[in-house]
Amino acid sequence: MNIRSFGDAALLIELPDAQAAQALCQALLVGASAGIEDVVPGFQSLLIRFDPLKQDAARLAERIRNSTYSLPFSSKPVEHEIGMHYDGPDLSMIVQASGLSVEEIVHRHSRAVYRVAFIGFAPGFPYLTGLDPALHLPRHKTPRVHVPAGAVAIADQFCGIYPRSSPGGWHLIGTTDASLFDADRDAPCLLSPGDTVRFRALP
Amino acid sequence: MITVLAAGARTLLQDGGRIGYAHLGVPRAGAADLPSLRRANRLVGNRNDLMAGLEITLSGPTLRFESDSLLALSGATLAAELDGRPLAMHQSVAVQAGQTLVCGRVHEGVRSYLAVRGGIRTPGVLGSVATDTLSGLGHPVLCNGDVLEIEPTHSTDGFYLRKPERLGNEITLHVVPGPHTDRFSEQSFSEFLAHTFTVHADSDRAGVRLVEALQLPASVGELPSQGMVGGAVQVPGDGRPIILLPDHGATGGYPVLAVVITADHGRLGQLGAGMKLRFEKVSRDQALSLLRQQEQGLETDIVAADEALLEARSLMMLAHAHPELRDLRMHNISRRVRLRR
Repeated sequence: MNIRSFGDAALLIELPDAQAAQALCQALLVGASAGIEDVVPGFQSLLIRFDPLKQDAARLAERIRNSTYSLPFSSKPVEHEIGMHYDGPDLSMIVQASGLSVEEIVHRHSRAVYRVAFIGFAPGFPYLTGLDPALHLPRHKTPRVHVPAGAVAIADQFCGIYPRSSPGGWHLIGTTDASLFDADRDAPCLLSPGDTVRFRALP
Repeated sequence: MITVLAAGARTLLQDGGRIGYAHLGVPRAGAADLPSLRRANRLVGNRNDLMAGLEITLSGPTLRFESDSLLALSGATLAAELDGRPLAMHQSVAVQAGQTLVCGRVHEGVRSYLAVRGGIRTPGVLGSVATDTLSGLGHPVLCNGDVLEIEPTHSTDGFYLRKPERLGNEITLHVVPGPHTDRFSEQSFSEFLAHTFTVHADSDRAGVRLVEALQLPASVGELPSQGMVGGAVQVPGDGRPIILLPDHGATGGYPVLAVVITADHGRLGQLGAGMKLRFEKVSRDQALSLLRQQEQGLETDIVAADEALLEARSLMMLAHAHPELRDLRMHNISRRVRLRR
C-alpha cells in the first residue's frame, strides 16, 4: 500500500478498492487510538485525520503498514429495496447522451443490484457501484446550485442519493422518500458500506 | 439566558466541531477560526476552550443578557457596545442582567467570536452544536427572537490577551505540498507560490475560492472520490484554487496541489472577498513547530488581571477609535493614582 502525507494532520492510504478501504477503516474505528480523529474511506483510498500534537505521522504510517486487517466487512451486509419515481429532470438529457429510450433507462437502472462502496460528500450520501455501463456519463460541467432532497442521481460509474437538498453535479433520474440520514437514529445512515440496494420503480 | 434581539448578518453557534463521524459523510464544521474561539473561551475562564460560542460574520447581533455573565470577544475586530459603552476586544467583560450588547461591523477579517463563561448551552448533534451550513446539522443560523441558554455567573475573574494578532493587508499562508503534486507540473507549484491571489466573493464556510487561475497541465483531471481535509488547496479544471474550510464535504474529487498548515487555519478562516493572499512553502517540521508555538501562545498570552487593570486596558485599547474616552481615561488614571497614595 502506498501512504502519502496529506498536509500536516492527515495521511492518505492508497488501496486497491473500496472494500479494502472499508476493511482498514473498520479496523481503525474498532481499535481507535490516541490522536486519530477521523477515518474517511474513499473509492480507492482511506484518509486518516490525526492531531499532530498527539500523533507522529511517521510512526502512524509505520503502524498502518504493519497492521493486519481482515476482509471482507465485519458486519453482515443488509439488502435494501428502495422505491423511487423515475421523474428526474435529466432523463431527457440521458436519452440524448446514451441513445436509449426512457423505458430502457428505467429498465437498466432498476434491474441492477448495487453495492454501497462508501459514504461521502454529505451525511449519508451513498456511492453505489453496479450501474449499467450504458449509463456511465461524465458529471455536469456546471453543477446545479440546488438538488432536491431524495434525488436519485448518476455520474461516472456511480449511482447516488442526495440525503438533503444541496448543490450537486450528478444527473438526476428520479426521487425517493427514503430517509438516508437521521442524526437521532442509533445508526444515522440508512445504508452502510457493503450493503446491497435495488431500486423499485413506483407508478 | 440571552435573548437575540437582532441576529446580525450571519451569526452561528460554533464549537470544536464533529470529530469521528467523517466516515458517515459528516463534515467537521466547528469554528472557522478555531484559535480565536479558543482564545475567547479562555478569556472568560472556560477551562474547556472548545465550548460553544457565537461566530459573528460581517456584522453582528444585538443581544440582551437576562442574567449576569462574563463575556469576551476575539477574532476579527468587532465594534461592540454594552449599553452604549464601547467594549474592548480580547479581554473579559462583566455583564449584568438586563444589559444589551450591540455588535456592529466586523473588520480586519470576517469572523469575530463571542464566548461567555460556561459556554452557550444547547443540545448538540453528533457531539457538537456547531452549525454546519452545508449539511444543515447543528443549531440553525441565529434568528431574531432566539433564546440562548447560559449559566448565570458573578465571576470577578478577569483575563486579557497580551498580543492580539493583526491580519494585515496581504496575508501569507504557509503550505506543504499536497498529496497529488505528481499530477501537476513543477511549474504549477512554483507559479502557485509566486502568485498573489485575490479572495473571490463566492467564498463561504465550505471553501475560500480564489479569483486567479493557474496554468494546468492537461494530465491533472479528476480523482476517484477520496477523503479531504480542511486547508486542502483543490484545483478544479478551470485552474482556480479552492481552499477547504470546516463545512467542506467529507470527500472530494479534485486534485490537491498544496495544504495550508494547521497553525494557519485560523487566519484561513478570516479571509473575505477582495483580500490579497500569498502562499509560502514550509517543511513538515516547521509546520509542526509553528503549531506548537501557537498552542503554547494560548497558554502564555492569556493572563489574569484584576478589574482596575482590565478597565485601564480597555480605555487604552479604545482611545484611538473613541477620542471622547480620553478624558475618562485621564480621570480614571488620576483616580487610581490617588487611591495608591
